[in-house]
Amino acid sequence: MTTLTLDAVRTHKATPRRRPIGGMSTAILLLGAFYMLLPVLWVVIASTKNTGELFNTSTLVPSGSLWSNLTRLSSYRDGLYWKWMANTALYAGGGALLSAMLSGLSGYTLAKFQFRGKNLIFNAMLAGVLMPQIMLAIPQYLLLSKVGLTGTYWSVLLPSIISPYGIYLARIYAAAAVSDSVIEAARIDGASELQIVRRVAMPMMAPGLVTVFLFQFVAIWNNFLLPFIMLGDDQKYPVTVGLYTMLLQGANQPAQYSLVITGSLLSVFPLIALFLSLQRYWRVDLSSGAVKG
Amino acid sequence: MAQSARAGGRRTAPYAFLAPAIVLFVIFCVVPIGYSAYLSLRKVQVKGLGLGLGSRTEVFAGLDNYRTALSDDELLSGVVRILGYGLIVVPVMLGLALLFALLLDSAQVRLSRFSRIAIFLPYAVPTVIASLLWGFLYLPTLSPFQGILGDFDPFAPSTVLYSIANVAIWGGTGFNMMVMYTALRAIPREMYEAARIDGCSELGIALRIKIPLIIPSVVMTGVFAIISTLQVVSEPMALRPLSNTISSSWSPLMKVYTDAFARNDLYGAAASSVVLAAATLILSFGFLRVVGPRAFGGES
Repeated sequence: MTTLTLDAVRTHKATPRRRPIGGMSTAILLLGAFYMLLPVLWVVIASTKNTGELFNTSTLVPSGSLWSNLTRLSSYRDGLYWKWMANTALYAGGGALLSAMLSGLSGYTLAKFQFRGKNLIFNAMLAGVLMPQIMLAIPQYLLLSKVGLTGTYWSVLLPSIISPYGIYLARIYAAAAVSDSVIEAARIDGASELQIVRRVAMPMMAPGLVTVFLFQFVAIWNNFLLPFIMLGDDQKYPVTVGLYTMLLQGANQPAQYSLVITGSLLSVFPLIALFLSLQRYWRVDLSSGAVKG
Repeated sequence: MAQSARAGGRRTAPYAFLAPAIVLFVIFCVVPIGYSAYLSLRKVQVKGLGLGLGSRTEVFAGLDNYRTALSDDELLSGVVRILGYGLIVVPVMLGLALLFALLLDSAQVRLSRFSRIAIFLPYAVPTVIASLLWGFLYLPTLSPFQGILGDFDPFAPSTVLYSIANVAIWGGTGFNMMVMYTALRAIPREMYEAARIDGCSELGIALRIKIPLIIPSVVMTGVFAIISTLQVVSEPMALRPLSNTISSSWSPLMKVYTDAFARNDLYGAAASSVVLAAATLILSFGFLRVVGPRAFGGES
């Protein structure tokens, strides 16, 4: 809030002298915004066209086939697309929720307790942040297939819960947001350690945990390789893998293209809504891990 | 009694609280890495015609798989390709992110809220979906640029690298901008006032005060960008159905995937992935060593 007011005052003072630079800055930023919005604009227009119009009419002129595309998409293999969306919500939403809780508990413990092996555990997990995913996907598949879990929802959910980066963020956030005196006071009042976590620490860490949730939500939603390797049954696909396989079939049936385009458009809406509504939680400083609410 | 029970709880609690994270970390991180390393040293030996039970046995292979991986032309050309790709993606993406962050922070711009949200927006689009969208834009029959570009084909062998790089830059710039912008907002405004009074221009303030102060953030985004660039797989894989200029071993990780699942050579794939992981770690730690001391001012 204070920065906002400061900005306003400063802009007011500064405007007369620096306007030419301001004009150019605005132009560069708008150019950047245009570049970022271009594919989105295109998909919005393209989703209003049927397959014939897609290839034969001017790209930037919308048509009236959005509704028929939507009904065709919804009826594609008995509503498989909506199944994919529900699966995505389960993988990304459920996985990120569990991940945020686990990160919160672990981060709080690492920040507020002194115990043997603490640095070893934390450093091992930090190394995990830098460990390339390449190392993990194939052996994870082999190990899970040994216990018969490949092809199940668990095969995508379980590897998504552990997030070394989430634990790292939560530790820094716990150190800053949960004060030792509050924990001591709760202990003197006779609260158990578990009660302190649930009633005292977690509520104080809530804004930081929302950020961890968002990070992990995007990470899971973005992880194409894991579900692609783990799952064989297209009823369990997330929407990314589903649309990809649909595009693969489209190489032979261009009629699928308009379904893929409409499906792509619909799939980004929920995430964009989530982003806009939780925008303030994105103010994250990577180097210090601090979350600025 | 109650007092000592609580003290005991305080001693055991950290281990109990960390147990779920440790168990998951071991199962899904430590064990897979160890298993990869183990597999990379194994191979299948076929007895006789390779038919019947027990005719195929797994034996110790020493460093054979590593020799094969290191002399594999496909893997090598994939690595070279991806290094060139990284040399485009990382500087352009971080450069744009820094430029946008500085402009947004300068507070002289109009519509800054709109620009900030628009530039951040691609972060909400999954890489595979982003690749599909750009892929359609690259198709000559669908692209709105066909009039402007003439005969230019984004999927031609000489241009496909840039086309894939463009998808990555589009998807990554916004997030990195947000990280740098957050760092810029944390700088106390008074630091600029003195420079302004001394007649320092906005450009001078950006170059001499703002950039040096947010260098730690820039370095961290650089490390993460290097790691994710070397592992690129979603973009080329999702663009493949639309173009036949992208081979199944275009990036090293695609090659590992193809070896493991299409060619059923798990052992070779494991060796390649160990080599790639080692190379990634060397590059990212090397980057940190070179720029780290300067960036963090000796505190790390």
